[in-house]
Amino acid sequence: MNAITPTRRGLLKSTGLVLGVALPAAGRAARALPDAPFAPNAFVRVSPDNLVTIIIKHVEMGQGPATGLATIVADEMDADWSQVRVEFSPANDALYKNLYFGTMGTGGSSAIANSWEQMRGAGASARAMLAEAGAKRWGVAVGEVKVARGVVSHGDNKASFGELAGEAALLKPPEKPVLKTPDQFTLIGRDTPKIDSVAKSTGAAQFTMDVRRPGMVYSAILHPPLFGGKVGKVDVSAAMAVNGVLGVKPIPQGVAVYARDTWAAMQGRAALRVEWDLSKAEKRSTEELYAQFAEKTEEPGVQVEASGDAKAAFKGAAGKLEAVYCFPYLAHAPMETLDAVIEMQGDEVHVWMGSQFQVGEMGAIAAVLGVKPDKVVLHEQYAGGSFGRRVSPGMEFGVEAASVFKAWGGKVPVKHVWTRENDLMGGFYRPLVVHTVRGGLDGNGEIISWDHVVAAQSAFKGTPMEFMGIQKGIDGSITEGAAESSYRFPNHYVGQHIMEGGVPTLWWRSVGNTHTAYAMETFLDQMLERGKKDPVEGRLALMHDERMKAVLRKAAEIAKWGSKPPEGRARGVAAHFSFGTYVAQVAEVSKGPDGLPKVHKIWCAVDCGVAVNPNIIRAQMEGGIGYGLGHALYGEIVLGEGGIVQQSNFDTYRSLRIGEMPEVEVAIIESGAHPRGVGEPGLPPVAPAVANAWRNLTGKVVRRLPFSVGGRV
Amino acid sequence: MPTDFTLNGKPASFDGDPETPLLWVLRDHLGLTGTKYGCGIAQCGACTVHLEGKNRRSCVTPVGMVAGKKVTTIEGVEGAEAKAVQKAWVAIDVPQCGFCQSGQVMSAIGLLKAKKKPSDTDIDNAMAGNLCRCATYVRIRQAIHDAAAMVEG
Ligand code: FES
Ligand code: FES
Repeated sequence: MNAITPTRRGLLKSTGLVLGVALPAAGRAARALPDAPFAPNAFVRVSPDNLVTIIIKHVEMGQGPATGLATIVADEMDADWSQVRVEFSPANDALYKNLYFGTMGTGGSSAIANSWEQMRGAGASARAMLAEAGAKRWGVAVGEVKVARGVVSHGDNKASFGELAGEAALLKPPEKPVLKTPDQFTLIGRDTPKIDSVAKSTGAAQFTMDVRRPGMVYSAILHPPLFGGKVGKVDVSAAMAVNGVLGVKPIPQGVAVYARDTWAAMQGRAALRVEWDLSKAEKRSTEELYAQFAEKTEEPGVQVEASGDAKAAFKGAAGKLEAVYCFPYLAHAPMETLDAVIEMQGDEVHVWMGSQFQVGEMGAIAAVLGVKPDKVVLHEQYAGGSFGRRVSPGMEFGVEAASVFKAWGGKVPVKHVWTRENDLMGGFYRPLVVHTVRGGLDGNGEIISWDHVVAAQSAFKGTPMEFMGIQKGIDGSITEGAAESSYRFPNHYVGQHIMEGGVPTLWWRSVGNTHTAYAMETFLDQMLERGKKDPVEGRLALMHDERMKAVLRKAAEIAKWGSKPPEGRARGVAAHFSFGTYVAQVAEVSKGPDGLPKVHKIWCAVDCGVAVNPNIIRAQMEGGIGYGLGHALYGEIVLGEGGIVQQSNFDTYRSLRIGEMPEVEVAIIESGAHPRGVGEPGLPPVAPAVANAWRNLTGKVVRRLPFSVGGRV
Repeated sequence: MPTDFTLNGKPASFDGDPETPLLWVLRDHLGLTGTKYGCGIAQCGACTVHLEGKNRRSCVTPVGMVAGKKVTTIEGVEGAEAKAVQKAWVAIDVPQCGFCQSGQVMSAIGLLKAKKKPSDTDIDNAMAGNLCRCATYVRIRQAIHDAAAMVEG
């Protein structure tokens, strides 16, 4: 189990070289502290036992940043990959903020993108100091010293990083570390083995749910059955009668049950009898919401983007197409439900969780517990998936966990774990969205107008992040991908309506692109067909970005677009740019026995700039495709009559299973551009590519997702 | 009366309600947290263990049912198939978030024990109950084929 060294207090005592990095924002170089305990102004630590520990400022939720960030540092440092360990950073904005966000956070496929130069500098600085230490030891010029695979050498003189750690620690970091040229990379651009694969294949990786503290009690919570409901009278008798239940406390978020183990807590939760105050709750059903939102999209809304006069051009168009698209609420359903362990140690609050917005969330916990934020110590854990769910603008989960801890007295450690039912019925969904699109063609089949209006709730409205997320009345995440799309139309309008709703909504893997790519790419496909254009050639003619064109051409090439698919199958294509990354996909489908698409293969081309780890990029394309496909085919959270969520577990929230996963072939475009993200961009094209293939095969146009509702033939 | 059983080759005992699912006995009382909770209703496979060598969802298995029997978890799984599966898993970096993977690995080992050279359809059937929200399915399939080849030698 040597693939990873998770954060452990004992390790912090190791001595040796602690290297800081000149942080542009902080504007100062960190100091090397020999024989000092871990100083958190560092990304690199070399210990005398020759281990190189790289501090990871992003949460590892499966997208591979721990490996990617370590790779970048280790490469610039010329460390040997086998000596590299990772450790998650504490919550500290001054040192570990996401340079795009200004606070610690993982999202928007930004982990590698925001850290690229920072991590390179950290590694290069370490390398320079180790080289200098070797040069000093041997009395030679530093320029004559070689560094490779964790060894510093000059002629017959050799020393490992570990051997030089103490001496290097006395040196000053270089003002401006010299970075490698790409031809000197030894790890970047290769399939460097993932740092956590061993631990995650043997059950050794520790997640929040696995944390056990002495004297810990286990809590479960029952939330109101409707969004906006409040706790009224609680009959605790049946819950208290459950063997192992220690107590019940109503808190603002619901009713918490405390017990000797998780099972007793869950049993107690099931036995609660609560009278809820539902007077202010959201009671509209999905059907009602669709109808209201669709009606709204008949009005232009707030203008996000416009050129020419889309309405006039549509009126005079020779060919017309109009469509209304309905996208349901979707739950993220990360495999590990939301959880946290909180414990008081002296005047410090210790928190174990896989926090996605570390500083903000610890701040929220501090506020609930009435302590100073610097008294909260985060022990960041591996997160068992997130897809956007492990942070919300109001830090609601952290607040709930802290409230549960506090209600039990704030002295005893509490492990608060959500049931899958809490997770699926708990809101913070991908918003329900309606698009209305109108397109016009001229007599030659050219698209002359595109009029696109989107109605959705905003995940920012009414939250502490509203000032960031909504500007001039526009929530960019509602229309991203429809606005500033990859295509140019002479008369073009994109508008949005921010709808009011009581269901809390949230970013969900690829955010607005989850629905905008679908509406854009399926509508465009039909428009091109009406204009008698090939789906690939037609798109290329409308695209304005060469990198996007190259990606589409690549996907078409590896899919042998234009060749005849096997009997009973059809292909469809889609392309989408998101989070700085270009992706195009071709899907090949046949009709499954259930009347739904059986997706055989996805060909995927991606340009994400420098490919730090091609194997992880391929994995993220596979993962994005599987996640996108599963929800497109089966996923929906439905509010029934009166607003009650109809799905409660994986029996009703249908997830993609192995037999439904297509084969995936990925081509990565070689690029020297600044690396961008891959966690999200693989998702948006898959559903429209499948829909286009499905339409080519069956003639069925799918405008209401999932396919199990709107696409069965 | 306590429930006695064999856990990873050693005697184990649970003194509590025999209706308690094995999953929570393992995780909360015996400290073996490699076995995961994902749904609690036999829908996701994250809690898969081996009961007398066969795949079993521990979240719906009352501990009383395993009295006198042999339970193996990810922490104690051994043998040619286990070695091959874990080696194959690491070789192509199957895990993403990793939370489902103990269950995937246990199910895959159970499959290989029952069937030396599983076909794609065998894999689809045997692994259908193991959800991976990260959709590492392409690699799970590949790794099972690789592991089967390794066991054959
Ligand atoms: S937790 Fe047992 S199958 Fe999901
Ligand atoms: S690896 Fe994340 S759920 Fe399977």
